[in-house]
Amino acid sequence: MSNLKFSATHEWVDGSGKVGVTDFAAHEMGDIVFVELPNVGDKITAGKPFANIESVKAVSEVFSPVSGKVIAVNDALSDAPELINQDAFSAYLVEVEITAYEDGLMDKAAYDELKH
Amino acid sequence: MKLIFEKSISGRTGFSLPASDVAEYKLSDGALRAAAAELPEVSELDLVRHYDALAARAYGVDSGFYPLGSCTMKYNPKLNETVAALAGFTELHPLQEPSSAQGALEAIYTLTESLKEITGMDDGTLQPAAGAHGEFTSLLMIGAYFKKKGEKRTKIIVPDSAHGTNPASAAMAGFEIVNIPSDANGYVDTEVLANAMTEEVAAFMLTNPNTVGLFEKNIGKISRIVHDKGGLLYYDGANLNAVMGIVRPGDMGFDIMHINLHKTFSTPHGGGGPGSGPVLCKKALAPHLPYPLVEKKKDGRFGYRKTSLASIGRVRAFQGNFLVEIRALAYIIALGREGIRDAAEKAVLNANYMKSLVSEFLTAPHKGACMHEFVASCEKLKEETGVSALDVAKALIDHGMHPPTIYFPLIVHEAMMFEPTETESRETIDEAVAALKEIVAQAKTDPESIKKSPLTTPVGRPDEVKAARKPILKI
Repeated sequence: MSNLKFSATHEWVDGSGKVGVTDFAAHEMGDIVFVELPNVGDKITAGKPFANIESVKAVSEVFSPVSGKVIAVNDALSDAPELINQDAFSAYLVEVEITAYEDGLMDKAAYDELKH
Repeated sequence: MKLIFEKSISGRTGFSLPASDVAEYKLSDGALRAAAAELPEVSELDLVRHYDALAARAYGVDSGFYPLGSCTMKYNPKLNETVAALAGFTELHPLQEPSSAQGALEAIYTLTESLKEITGMDDGTLQPAAGAHGEFTSLLMIGAYFKKKGEKRTKIIVPDSAHGTNPASAAMAGFEIVNIPSDANGYVDTEVLANAMTEEVAAFMLTNPNTVGLFEKNIGKISRIVHDKGGLLYYDGANLNAVMGIVRPGDMGFDIMHINLHKTFSTPHGGGGPGSGPVLCKKALAPHLPYPLVEKKKDGRFGYRKTSLASIGRVRAFQGNFLVEIRALAYIIALGREGIRDAAEKAVLNANYMKSLVSEFLTAPHKGACMHEFVASCEKLKEETGVSALDVAKALIDHGMHPPTIYFPLIVHEAMMFEPTETESRETIDEAVAALKEIVAQAKTDPESIKKSPLTTPVGRPDEVKAARKPILKI
């Protein structure tokens, strides 16, 4: 997890370009029941919503910490969206060919600080 | 249960008309559909049984306890129905000349005056069709107000505990939403509000009591913060039932508000609706009200006011959901001044009674007395047993009651929001609490049995997400 970068809106991105939401976000949303992902080939933009996560509480937009082209999506989430609640850091949403990062991404220590 | 379309037999009818004794009139080409509509063909008895079977599967406040928080599912007195069924109301045409519809106009006038008195506002319209429509109407009026003043204000502040319709209505009306966090006790954080309140902000939307069932004691200060920056204070009337006849939004500093007649004033809800969402406002906003508005003329007769050029226009055809308005008027007249206040006091008493019993076995995150509703949390129960608020809610169905609102407000984990209303007896509340207590006890010894509920309904746990996301339409 050391190579993860975090956004203030509770998303993470790793060194390989995988993007997901944090365990804190998953806990705040509650039991996740549906994930709506972009298509492979879609361009996504740092700071802009690119996916929707529906929990028993509400539908939440997920903001992208990076800009770039979607090269893979995590299909497992369509049948098992609860994977995000179980392990938010392995249940990535999409993999992105990154062209730019959002300004102000944090390392784990800074993000943990923000949550408190 | 078979669908009405599955009962259909080609050629079967439920009526018989005498042969036509006038020549058939040919419509012009293009005015007729190419193929006949696919409608169910059934006998009158098939149709009666269809509706009777649906009614047997439905659950309403007439069937049993319905403590759906934030919805004020109070009993709808049958007297309202008797009054709304009077031929003088049902057989009117909405385009009838005012001179031949004096009674209906007087009813609209009297209801508007009553609502003005209850809310402490100066003017109002009954036109909006429901609560969110009332919010949208109000926000258009707020927009028109600042446009006329020549001020560019693009933002609306809402607390994170707000009803989802608040930010949605504001966005629909073209505003940008600023969400502010509540303090640890569930109240508006006045410091956070003061920082967010700039001269770009048109209004702050608030319910009082708020969505966790607490009265915002700092409302005077909140009003000063908003008004000092030239903004307006909006009152979401969803929780008016807790305070009607006791305090008035107009006196608390609110400038404009909507009322849900189907919550506070005992008109039917949801499928039994339609709803009605009157908007009331202070004098400064009155020129922007939708038209037409009813007035009492000097000679005591009723008619329409001259239309204000600053009006936002019509928001619905004719006079809104007129027969719903009649029901609300019947309720207000039946209760009278003392009765209105008494209803609010008993609503608060019932909620506090229930809260004190429920907090013996579920966590109540907000200490102290509540208003007309309260929030309990199943977070601890879920950690200990895996049984969530959703599971407890489903299990309540097997105990013959409608579940409370769950997972709202969003700021409480595993929230269950109870609003018993004033129309429930102590015995009903005791029975509901006993059922809840039994479920919580069972969750600790046999959590799997709770997760299987409900077992007494025709359908157990439908896939609610797929039903909404990937519906299979069947006719």
